Amino acid sequence: MSTLSLPQSSYIRDNSRTFTDWLKSWLLTVDHKRIAILYLLSINFFFLLGGLAATLVRVELITPQGDLMSSDVYNRAFTLHGVIMVFFFLIPSIPAVLGNFLVPLMLGARDLAFPRLNLLSWYLYMIGGLFALIAAVFGGVDTGWTFYTPFSSTYSNSNVVMTITGAFIMGFSSILTGLNFIVTIHKMRAPGLTWFRLPLFIWANYATSIIQILATPVLGIALLLVVVERLWGVGIYDPALGGDPLLFQHLFWFYSHPAVYIMILPAMGVISELISTFSRKRIFGYEFIAFSSIAIAILGFLVWGHHMFVSSQSVYAGLVFSFITMLVAIPSAIKVFNWTATLYKGSISYRTPMLYALGFIGLFVIGGLTGIFLGVTAVDLHVTDTYFVVAHFHYVMVGGTIMAYLGGIHFWWPKMTGRMYNETWGSIAALIIFVGFNMTFFPQFILGYLGMPRRYHVYPPEFQILHVMSTAGASILAIGFIVPLIYLGISLRKGAIAGDNPWGATGLEWKTSSPPPTFNFDKTPIVTEEAYAYPPEAAERDAAAWRPGSPL
Amino acid sequence: MRDFPLFPDQASTFATQVDQLYFFLVALSLIFAGVLPFVILYLIVRYHRSQKVDRSNPVDSNLKLELTWTLIPLGLVMVVFFWGAFLYVQMRTPPTRTLDVYVIGKQWMWHVQHPNGKRENNELHVPVGQPVKLIMTSQDVIHSFYVPAFRVKQDVLPGRYTIMWFEATKPGEYHLFCAEYCGTEHSLMIGRVVALPLADYERWLATPGPVVLPDGTIDTGQPVVAPTIGDPMAAAGARLFTSLGCLGCHAMAGGGVGPSLQGLYGATEKMADGSTVVADENYLRESILNPNAKVVAGYAAVMPSYQGQITEDQLNQLIAYIKSLADTGN
Ligand code: HEM
Ligand SMILES: [Cu+2]
Repeated sequence: MSTLSLPQSSYIRDNSRTFTDWLKSWLLTVDHKRIAILYLLSINFFFLLGGLAATLVRVELITPQGDLMSSDVYNRAFTLHGVIMVFFFLIPSIPAVLGNFLVPLMLGARDLAFPRLNLLSWYLYMIGGLFALIAAVFGGVDTGWTFYTPFSSTYSNSNVVMTITGAFIMGFSSILTGLNFIVTIHKMRAPGLTWFRLPLFIWANYATSIIQILATPVLGIALLLVVVERLWGVGIYDPALGGDPLLFQHLFWFYSHPAVYIMILPAMGVISELISTFSRKRIFGYEFIAFSSIAIAILGFLVWGHHMFVSSQSVYAGLVFSFITMLVAIPSAIKVFNWTATLYKGSISYRTPMLYALGFIGLFVIGGLTGIFLGVTAVDLHVTDTYFVVAHFHYVMVGGTIMAYLGGIHFWWPKMTGRMYNETWGSIAALIIFVGFNMTFFPQFILGYLGMPRRYHVYPPEFQILHVMSTAGASILAIGFIVPLIYLGISLRKGAIAGDNPWGATGLEWKTSSPPPTFNFDKTPIVTEEAYAYPPEAAERDAAAWRPGSPL
Repeated sequence: MRDFPLFPDQASTFATQVDQLYFFLVALSLIFAGVLPFVILYLIVRYHRSQKVDRSNPVDSNLKLELTWTLIPLGLVMVVFFWGAFLYVQMRTPPTRTLDVYVIGKQWMWHVQHPNGKRENNELHVPVGQPVKLIMTSQDVIHSFYVPAFRVKQDVLPGRYTIMWFEATKPGEYHLFCAEYCGTEHSLMIGRVVALPLADYERWLATPGPVVLPDGTIDTGQPVVAPTIGDPMAAAGARLFTSLGCLGCHAMAGGGVGPSLQGLYGATEKMADGSTVVADENYLRESILNPNAKVVAGYAAVMPSYQGQITEDQLNQLIAYIKSLADTGN
């Protein structure tokens, strides 16, 4: 059904007469697609804010003397960057935006199981964000995103309580989204949509939701106890009050290690969709990819101690955590190999989402491998708390999660808006991001092995050249992030009409109009085949149809 | 290239060992991260939709392949795990004969005291070729003692001792960093480690120098400058042992209200609840600050706590004294 105009009715259109009506129709909506758009806008706002803080940090680091700002300001800048990026961007990004939009569509459902709860999640997210913003505006917070005690609970003179309240509230948003997804995936699959016919994006979000529900409460309690100690001097973490400073680290990482999988698993789900679609092929090793998500979710709960090898944790504990960390790397490797194998005998096209997917694989491999360096106790002793760790987690979080997020946004943009973005600009931006990213973060591995500690405002002059390279790369990266804002914005008015299924992809979300109607499907779809049900000759046919001038 | 190093100095016995493992990891990574992109590149070029190539009989699962790419990486990570584990155990287990140095971290400086009483701030002098053990604690938040050229790092916590050891192999000056974020001047909590040939080290150790004490400065805000070496830590500790009244119960000959501390350090003690404890620095510390946590078998829980009555500095001296009793004891 190739149309020349957008569908008459869709979730975006409504018949409100006045501006207030229109505003209400968005702010009080229970439509998962509209809530996804609300998230898209607010999450991107926080991303820009976090980026601004990063800019301050990178500019300061051009020179070894702390000359641009005072140490206190610098410390507030990197803390703001970390808190915003982790809690208000990366954790919600893919589940809350793409997951919200796609989970019901991919399941052939009208909405999530609890639409009102879904709206509540967004409000909790916004309230949490508001607290974090107020804390930042009225003096900021200087504990680092990790809030280590007793610095955060006793010594810091900044807005710790306010910021923690923000993260605490945001945690509930995360829990509710997870709950909503799990119930929806269990109960609302279209007739015939068995577990092993589910798209891998659903599997990934399912695994993520489990982590969100089980781990987030622990973070909530750990942070609450920081507040209790700070406000009322109850000795929990500060040894001067009879507390134990390591207790905080255990509780914090019990959440925050699994939290890194909250960030990466949905990203892996996106990548599976992209690779399959742009290879015109069934994904290779479906079961292995699906179960590796579950394995990661389970094992991910047992490795928190690898953040604490030098914390004075016992040698034996260190060895056990190191061992399990080695195991948790394997499911990630399995995914990478299966994606690569999917390319074999496919009909590959270099559309923007695919470029992001390929970029993801390259960067994630480096991030994962350096994770093994860090998991090997003897090496971690040297590189922990240096730029090596900083580089590692940016490779997985920016190189992984953000690449997948952007790839997913481009891939489902036509579904969300009904229009195509500009493919040329899309590829250019993807390329700029890839180059800028590597320039920014690769030098940091070298810095880290040289011994440059993280969170340093002033540093020895011999590290300057590498820092300057990193800042130069960051400027390129920043351009790469701004370009899509422009052409995606333009596409909203000028983009070509996409039609239902511009990529020729499988999946229920492509079987309804773009943008979809409020209740997603006119008739509940009945599923009779597996996900990625490309016929064996699909790739051959696609290649045969290619003529010079067709999209690459 | 002096101002643009790409690889850190190797100045301890651990440095070369850690670097070997590191290079092994780099080599393994190159096999994956170096080869895989070319495989992907080959596939996306060869199977690009514009290429007329054979695409018949596509495969979408293969158990043998899956097992191969599960088991080979698994084997490899096990190799690096065990390699790393052995080295790690070694790095965390100090030899029995070491030169003990006491380190106190505080916002935002390092204070060091040597057994002979000599103190230094933001510097640590060590001899080359001798195992050195640092007994570290913090007066406030968590810090981390990091010497990149030695490839060692250990967090320094308030309320307990953490131990780190190394053996310098090359005379020189090396960076000392605080690696755990500790507040405003975290990045200025730095200094240098000076590794000296043994003779030079001994000469340095015997030379008096002005030093700011880590406390005693608190009331006046004025640093106290002591232009002497000061007393040996054990002697200072012995005086505290008397003045704080410890001796009243812990008679050297035994038979007091509390056990004699002769020969205690390093011994295995039997507790009232039947468990056993190795009397290391942390046990001694706990016994002074929180004596009833572990009570020695045969004694009553009557010792008062000295929490809040002695400084970290004095505690170090007491512990140095008790440790010195172990040598004379047997
Ligand atoms: C192959 C998989 C991975 C392994 C083996 C691994 C291993 C590690 C280890 C051992 C550390 C501790 C380093 C230290 O503090 O000394 C670490 C830190 C970190 N990793 Fe990973 N990692 C992996 C994947 C990921 C992923 C997928 C993410 C996120 C998307 C991630 C995010 C982080 C973060 C944020 C930190 C640092 C936290 C902080 O101290 O601020 N890692 N990783
Ligand atoms: Cu982790």
